[in-house]
Amino acid sequence: MVLVLAIGDLHIPHRASDLPQKFKSMLVPGKIQHIICTGNLSIKEVHDYLKSLCPDLHVTRGEYDEDSRYPETKTLTIGQFKLGICHGHQVIPWGDLDSLAMLQRQLDVDILVTGHTHQFKAYKHEGGVVINPGSATGAYSSFTFDVNPSFVLMDIDGLRVVVYVYELIDGEVKVDKIDFKKTATTRLAH
Amino acid sequence: MMVDGVEDEEKWLAAGIAGLQQNAFYMHRALDSNNLRDALKYSAQMLSELRTSKLSPQKYYQLYMRAFDELRKLEMFFKEETRRGCSIIDLYELVQHAGNILPRLYLLCTVGSVYIKSKEAPAKDVLKDLVEMCRGIQHPVRGLFLRSYLSQISRDKLPDIGSEYEGDADTVNDAMEFVLQNFTEMNKLWVRMQHQGPAREKDKREKERSELRDLVGKNLHVLSQIEGVDLDMYKETVLPRVLEQVVNCKDEIAQCYLMDCIIQVFPDEYHLQTLEILLGAFPQLQPSVDIKTVLSRLMERLSNYFLQVEAFSKLNNAIGKVIEAQADMPILGAVTLYSSLLTFTLHVHPDRLDYADQVLGACVKKLSGEGKLEDNRATKQIVALLSAPLDKYNDIVTVLKLSNYPSVMEYVDSETNKVMAMVIIQSIMKNNTQISTADKVGALFELIKGLIRDLDGAAHDQVDEDDFKEEQNSVARLIQMLQNDDTEEMFKIICTVRKHILTGGPKRLPFTVPPLVFSSLKLVRQLQGPEENPFGEEGSTTPKKVFQLLNQTIETLYGVPAPELALRLYLQCAEAANDSDLEPVAYEFFTQAYILYEEEISDSRAQVTAIHLIIGTLQRMHVFGVENRDTLTHKATGYSAKLLKKPDQCRAVYACSHLFWVDDQDNMKDGERVLLCLKRALRIANAAQQMSNATRGSTGSVTLFVEILNKYLYFFEKGNTQINAAAIQSLIELITAEMQSESNSPDPAADAFFASTLRYIQFQKQKGGAVGEKYEPIKV
Repeated sequence: MVLVLAIGDLHIPHRASDLPQKFKSMLVPGKIQHIICTGNLSIKEVHDYLKSLCPDLHVTRGEYDEDSRYPETKTLTIGQFKLGICHGHQVIPWGDLDSLAMLQRQLDVDILVTGHTHQFKAYKHEGGVVINPGSATGAYSSFTFDVNPSFVLMDIDGLRVVVYVYELIDGEVKVDKIDFKKTATTRLAH
Repeated sequence: MMVDGVEDEEKWLAAGIAGLQQNAFYMHRALDSNNLRDALKYSAQMLSELRTSKLSPQKYYQLYMRAFDELRKLEMFFKEETRRGCSIIDLYELVQHAGNILPRLYLLCTVGSVYIKSKEAPAKDVLKDLVEMCRGIQHPVRGLFLRSYLSQISRDKLPDIGSEYEGDADTVNDAMEFVLQNFTEMNKLWVRMQHQGPAREKDKREKERSELRDLVGKNLHVLSQIEGVDLDMYKETVLPRVLEQVVNCKDEIAQCYLMDCIIQVFPDEYHLQTLEILLGAFPQLQPSVDIKTVLSRLMERLSNYFLQVEAFSKLNNAIGKVIEAQADMPILGAVTLYSSLLTFTLHVHPDRLDYADQVLGACVKKLSGEGKLEDNRATKQIVALLSAPLDKYNDIVTVLKLSNYPSVMEYVDSETNKVMAMVIIQSIMKNNTQISTADKVGALFELIKGLIRDLDGAAHDQVDEDDFKEEQNSVARLIQMLQNDDTEEMFKIICTVRKHILTGGPKRLPFTVPPLVFSSLKLVRQLQGPEENPFGEEGSTTPKKVFQLLNQTIETLYGVPAPELALRLYLQCAEAANDSDLEPVAYEFFTQAYILYEEEISDSRAQVTAIHLIIGTLQRMHVFGVENRDTLTHKATGYSAKLLKKPDQCRAVYACSHLFWVDDQDNMKDGERVLLCLKRALRIANAAQQMSNATRGSTGSVTLFVEILNKYLYFFEKGNTQINAAAIQSLIELITAEMQSESNSPDPAADAFFASTLRYIQFQKQKGGAVGEKYEPIKV
């Protein structure tokens, strides 16, 4: 059982002053094995904070990030899954599922994690999974009027991944979960 | 030299103890054989050891304790003697024949103890005699121990009310007088030590004095234990007499210790009732006395009381008088006093903001005579002073009600202002303080102005960059905390904040403008909400007004310069204007963004990101009419084609294809122009291959082609009639051929991409239904 935190679009301090207190008390160091961050932290202090939760931190560049050296995309393997990360402002139309599917094919990953829209999404798209952890601070977004702070915790176990989404709605943390199973497909050689 | 001295002292002490023990042995023999004469002889010899001047107080004490124990045995013997018929009065006389005065007095006190117990004379008479006889010893250390002995043996024999030694109507007075007199004499001896000996040994003397202080303080303790000394007596006699001695001795060490002693030893109610008398002594103390520590302890003790006898005004007055009387007191002292008083006031009268304000006001008055502070410790005290109400109320809004609070801030230098400002911001963030009116916001920003702008005389060049960033990020976070659901008030708040941050200069604007912009965009949303009356009153806030403000605000970034940031903010505003259905406003924002792109953004990487932001934003706009949209789209595709690197060009151009196809608007689906874009992208991809071949001898990766293929599939699925299965088929064949060609350098990533794309096509074919039919003609 490997716990992966997917989090992003905090936009501190441009659009939010801090993570919600309820989230902060949930996110304690030592419990999570990997952190995947879609970008737009945007300052070093947030990077350091995430790093303190877990040293294995992967960040991709958002258009407001102070550190311009984050990569545009990143791939990594955790257990049986290949994961891909990209902030998402590079994929046009923004938030478009089919265009994101193209990115997924391009990175050749099972799970694609992107952000930018500040809307939580987790769905299966022909053999792959696309996850958007939303904005951990509920930051302003031109996509939606109602942004609830949210983040995602993935529990990767063998060929199965359970995606837990934590959303702060009206001051209470609500959890939901979605199950995905990877089929051990044999790749067809062309 | 010192080591020798210590060794010598050890030797003398050992000799003294030996002498004492030897004489004690003989004394015991005499006691056992009831030989009074010999007992007196040997006890006198024994006590002679205490005549030494060679020992430090600590060593003398060891000798003294041994003598004390021996004298107890002697006392018991004296008691036995009186029972055997010896007259106590005769005994009292007999011991006075001892040769040397010190032994004589110790013996006298010892007999005196028995005398009092016998009740053959009133306790007061014996005590009076003894306390006066002790004047015979004027040597400080010997005199202190002798009088301490007197105090120890007389403790349980004072003519107190309810004691068996109670005398006539004046009995308590007598008891009190005895103790007071002993105390006064002991203090005099103690103070005299300060001036004995050479100046170079002052530290040594002061250390020795410190070792002896409890001997003097003990008397006050005894006074406090006298039953008959009630509040009135304390107020009328005890306290004034003690204070008189304290003040008149003019000795810093004594005053400091004894004032503290008084506060610790007597009950709190007494202090509350005699506050004025007590405080009246403070201005008369030596300037070098650490008044603030003593006063703080006093205030600490009193603050535990919730029955206040106008303690505040008394303390306030007293401190004022102290500061007035000691005109040379350094500013650190004065501020520390006010700091203690403020802490006390906040603890005891939390609801009396006027008291706290008075203290601050007095402090301001003192500070105004000083100018800007230079002393580091004084500034630290001021920070402590200013932090106290913040910690108490946890609410900067309450603190701002203290009218003198900002005035105190005026007197600190800009560094301290920044420190204090950070403290304030942290308090706001920690306590989630709501600052909800423009006035309060203005007052707050004025208070923290050290962070907002460069203050006069500040050392600008020495600012550490990381510190600066942290400060400005804190201001940015602060801006997020300013909120009011009333849109009119919120607009005023935004204008107030804007006014302040615009004084910040180019270094600060990149930090402070973005949060203000997003705050404003949130306001625009609020104005669009269902509760808002669309036909708002004259002059009320409208989205348009906010957008005007936004335009003017983002403009200020040009002077930094921060074109990339400004471009992003303009695009955000354009989207907001789109949601508000304000076409001209949205167009204006786009124009500004485009101008920035053309004129200010020249870095290739920055251009790539910028163009994607432009395309992404434009793609979502539905407010534009055909003409405006065409102009903007045309420009965007033009920029795309002119990017420096071919791959970037290719990607930007095919991204533009989405500008001609908007899913949820049927009239926005121009299949032809989509295809034109994609074909253009293909041409660029081809050109890229040829360039690569020419310069490196091998064609580059086929990735771009695969990407374009995916785009073809995208639009194919969406129902773009211009794209048919044949086109897709030929593209697939093109890619396959390229990959197999000799001049192609293998790229596993591109291979995998192509493979997964083909898998996708297969997947779609197998879906069946309409989708499966569509994909049927494509062969993989």
